[in-house]
Amino acid sequence: MNTAQATPEPARRNRSPSSGGPAIEAERLEKRFGDRRALAGVDLAVAPGTVFGLLGPNGAGKTTTVRILATLLAPDGGRARVAGHDVAAEPGLVRRAIALAGQSATVDEDLTGRENLVFLARLAGLRRAAAKARAAQLLAAFDLQEAAARQVKAYSGGMRRRLDLAASLIARAEVYFLDEPTTGLDPASRAQVHRLIRALAAGGATVLLTTQYLDEADQLAARIAVIDHGTVIAEGTPGQLKAAAGAGTLRIRLADPAQRPKARRALAGLLEVSVHDGADPAELTAQIPAAASGRPASGQAAAAVAELAWAGITVGEFALGQPSLEQVFLALTSQPPAGPAPTAAGLAPAASLATATGSPATTKGS
Amino acid sequence: MTAITADPAISGATPQGLPAGPRPEPPSPWAASVAFGWRALLKIKHVPEMLFDVIAIPVVFTLMFTYLFGGALAGSPHRYLQFILPGTLVMAVLLVTMYAGTGLATDRAKGITERFRAQPIWRLAPAAGALLGDIARYLLAAGLVALLGVAIGFRPAGGATSILAGIGLLLVFALALSWAWTTLGLLLRTPQAVTSAATVVLFPLTLASNVFVAPPTMPGWLQAFVSVNPVSHLVTAERALMAGAPAGGQIAWVLLASTILAAVFAPLTAWLYGRQR
Repeated sequence: MNTAQATPEPARRNRSPSSGGPAIEAERLEKRFGDRRALAGVDLAVAPGTVFGLLGPNGAGKTTTVRILATLLAPDGGRARVAGHDVAAEPGLVRRAIALAGQSATVDEDLTGRENLVFLARLAGLRRAAAKARAAQLLAAFDLQEAAARQVKAYSGGMRRRLDLAASLIARAEVYFLDEPTTGLDPASRAQVHRLIRALAAGGATVLLTTQYLDEADQLAARIAVIDHGTVIAEGTPGQLKAAAGAGTLRIRLADPAQRPKARRALAGLLEVSVHDGADPAELTAQIPAAASGRPASGQAAAAVAELAWAGITVGEFALGQPSLEQVFLALTSQPPAGPAPTAAGLAPAASLATATGSPATTKGS
Repeated sequence: MTAITADPAISGATPQGLPAGPRPEPPSPWAASVAFGWRALLKIKHVPEMLFDVIAIPVVFTLMFTYLFGGALAGSPHRYLQFILPGTLVMAVLLVTMYAGTGLATDRAKGITERFRAQPIWRLAPAAGALLGDIARYLLAAGLVALLGVAIGFRPAGGATSILAGIGLLLVFALALSWAWTTLGLLLRTPQAVTSAATVVLFPLTLASNVFVAPPTMPGWLQAFVSVNPVSHLVTAERALMAGAPAGGQIAWVLLASTILAAVFAPLTAWLYGRQR
């Protein structure tokens, strides 16, 4: 079910990315592990110089896809090209063009952080002095200077992850595979990794990013493929996906908790959805449907809040949150009740995304 | 509820740490192996208890074999020492040859192998580098046996140089044999399994040889095994070398066995390492 449609045009064969072909191209990739079908025909096409998000829950096939593209795993069926080279026929050339940050922190626990980076820099082809200099740069950039002389064994999960990412950035690559790079990171480190990913793409590199978080893919990726049970169930821009999934949750905090029952009834009537009491006695939440009435969700939410004010209900603050990954999956995997989603997605994608990313979504006072 | 705001830090300034300049050429097979060898030495530096058996086996074996069997088998420990020491040397080194193999298994179990395999480096570099690091172990074990042996009265007719030559020959065989354990290291799932499997092979291989006694007292079937056991030929070559006797034939035999071991197991290691699974 290809809800958000917009599958890129089929790429021509035998072209290097410099001549304009996709940087990553996969056709009907299949992989079985014993009885389990990990990939059941994955198609991908990633334009050079862009960040592409591969979004899905645990066990959806994200890592298997990345391992095939990074020449670590042979597919049972289908074919893939990375940086213009076939992963099965020319794995050596693919490896010269890629960098991989796998899901498990692939650094040596017995060595110190600095030793790990110097060692991996030597493996990347840097000479001794250059390897030491590069290691020092990366330690500084990833805020690991203080821990540089400690064995990785003693690192926290977040520090290991940062070291692992640093190791993947030692040398320039055409295509970066980052498998859940922010899992286990604190918010500051996460933001730093996001900056880095943007900068990689700004420098012309292609980044394939796997993530379980819609907001991460939304912030970083030009296009997103949603993968589940080994197939791509939707592909498109973040705006298209979110429009298809519904705009998410409207959360309202009232100035006076006593007004909550009245506000709940008013909201339910305005939005034609069920409205729930929050844990906070002044809070109400409602799922905004996917542009069902032909209006973007942000418009519906804004109108509802305005109507409450007219009705004499004082709104302390309100916020329109993004749909969660679960909501996206629900929308993509179950039949939406109101009309076919592709049409809706085509009609009103931009507005809700602009609201969500462009301006602070939380407004105080009323 | 995620309120997403534009990140002010992203516009303009590129973060530190981004790779600058073109990607360097991949390292040569030798350079990559040396990098792995350096890593192996760093691991010893940080985890020196990994050297426990490398130090304990030579000391215990040299003293134990000499004084336990010496009186009974040769009339006196001193006379037996002249016979047993080349054998002790061989045993002490061969019993610590599985480190490269367990190292590969550890890397695979921890997922580090994935990073190496996604890089354009020589497929055998991780194993070859581990062997380079193991040379330090072999030299330590052999040096301990030799020094302790000389301290308690080992006086080879060939002199000190004959001991060095013997250690050199032993090193060649030990490195060739290590490829069998690197193969195992890529076949078995845990480092412990590699150690167990290697031990199961190494004990009969070293004990069912001419290390302790001359074969004529053994039953025929055992003599047959002992006479084809490469360890027997290695020990015979070591004894001849240190006795200052002609050893050319036996040395050739050992070199042939080493070549065969390496020719079978090094490509097997490379194939297993490169296998996409």
